[in-house]
Amino acid sequence: MTPRPQQEPTCHGEDYAPFERALLNDYQHELPLVPRPFAAIGEQLGVSEQAVLEALQRFREQGVLSRVGATLKPGAVGAATLAAMGIPERDLEQVAAIVSARPEVNHNYEREHELNLWFVAMAADDAALRAALTAIENETGYPLLDLRLVCDYHLDLGFDIQWTSANETDA
Amino acid sequence: MDAVRQSQPLDDTDRAIVRATQQGMPLSVTPYRVLAQSLGLPEHEVMTRMQRMLDSGAIRRIAAVPQHYALGIRANGMSVWDVDDRLVDELGQRVGELAFVSHAYRRPRHPPLWPYNLFAMVHGRSRDEVENQVAEIARLLGDACRGHDVLYSTRLLKKTGLRLAG
Repeated sequence: MTPRPQQEPTCHGEDYAPFERALLNDYQHELPLVPRPFAAIGEQLGVSEQAVLEALQRFREQGVLSRVGATLKPGAVGAATLAAMGIPERDLEQVAAIVSARPEVNHNYEREHELNLWFVAMAADDAALRAALTAIENETGYPLLDLRLVCDYHLDLGFDIQWTSANETDA
Repeated sequence: MDAVRQSQPLDDTDRAIVRATQQGMPLSVTPYRVLAQSLGLPEHEVMTRMQRMLDSGAIRRIAAVPQHYALGIRANGMSVWDVDDRLVDELGQRVGELAFVSHAYRRPRHPPLWPYNLFAMVHGRSRDEVENQVAEIARLLGDACRGHDVLYSTRLLKKTGLRLAG
């Protein structure tokens, strides 16, 4: 039996039935483009269409599922970039709030580094994106690094959660 | 390879479909029909357009997107590497193929503050797990890599799906 790391109790497979673990593991499942895709997924997993829908609804309520939706190729729709800022501790909360409040920003992380604020920004086109980045610099009073994508190397298959429960082999 | 495939430009209807799916597909027995109704389009047109965007690579996949953080996968390490420009594309592809790497990108350097040109996102339940993964990337890059760092996230301040202006 694998001992649970004490600080992270929620990531373990025993919290979920095997079909639920498979559903949550986006590495394994795509929503097929057929009129009743949840029925098709249920068929693959040996459960009913209703069971799939109920599980997804529950996951969403629990906050473990962000959404069932399309993942886009970076830059396929509009313009996007990763930006980094180095913000002194005393101003971090305020700057982070300004950045997060922008509708163009969809991920914003604090990271351990001299450059401690990292966010992804997207806009309808390059001009709108540049305008948003400039507005962030002006509003916060700090410069940012615009780390525009040069090349994307990943064939996006999703991320394999690799459930760690002792009973995962029966999935 | 996918990284260099050109996708067809999207028209306004494509964009409307993409925008609608970003808030999540309806959890309904017939999600594409519900989506189509909300856009005032026939179901078959929505499905045909989505298939075309999948084929062109504009949409990579339609899938359940878990909140890894809520599932306990909280050691989110952005590993960054200073890789020889002549070798970065070849090595970047190989890094991107590693199962534990969720994203791998080449981005511009901004020396001296930012000397790194290869980004590989790795995720784990603990820093130990992430460190092992980073060591595996370091072995793969070998002498082509002049330096690296791992930036752990200490806080997730915002995470939403794509939102498109207008």
